[in-house]
Amino acid sequence: MELQIEDSILVRDYISGDEMALEKLILKHNQRLSSFIYSKVLNRDITEDIFQDTFIKVIKTLKKGNYSEEGKFLPWVMRIAHNLIIDHFRRNKRMPRFEGSEDFNIFSVLGDDKLNAEKQLIKDQIDSDLTMLIEELPDDQKEVLMMRIYRDMSFKEISENTGVSINTALGRMRYALINLRKIIEKNNIVLTN
Amino acid sequence: MEKIYPEYKDRCKLIKTSPEKVSFLLKYSQSLNIVKHKKFTFENNLN
Repeated sequence: MELQIEDSILVRDYISGDEMALEKLILKHNQRLSSFIYSKVLNRDITEDIFQDTFIKVIKTLKKGNYSEEGKFLPWVMRIAHNLIIDHFRRNKRMPRFEGSEDFNIFSVLGDDKLNAEKQLIKDQIDSDLTMLIEELPDDQKEVLMMRIYRDMSFKEISENTGVSINTALGRMRYALINLRKIIEKNNIVLTN
Repeated sequence: MEKIYPEYKDRCKLIKTSPEKVSFLLKYSQSLNIVKHKKFTFENNLN
């Protein structure tokens, strides 16, 4: 039967500088502590993380000389683990995490509005083509169209800016669009994504 | 005699943390150096 060294002796030896004593402590309580953590979190990876964090706190406290030996090393370590488990659940509650499975992919219901790289390239090309087509328009129509579409101005603002009536501005916009369509049709240009 | 089964079988599972994790903790302990100066405590990890 293997002789179990008392925790208090191992702790004393570790504080004195014997790193082997720490190894004996960890190995002695590994299963008990890991099983306790696992029984709460039911996940191996999280169990290992909490186990690690628990012993990091233990190591720091012992090395700083902040531990007072009262024969309760294991209950103390279990309490640290217990508090870390609570912290883990509080964190997860604040930031719920969804893990997909083989049968269900969350992205089938959650959409992403952003264009993918290919569609973004096509859109950029269309924007560039459209800018060149607008340059083909007569100046007065081009001016109204640019103000309306690119500067988001109202026709009232456009008429004040250009010194013409609102009706004239509206008419120039209408002809701008008609002429743009004619140019597109004449040159068989495709401007869709 | 009625057999009683735990609702969550996994809660009774006995597991151990991996040797790699234990090894990491030992190395961490070896590298940790505590320096106290007046009322300040500094934790250093020496490589």
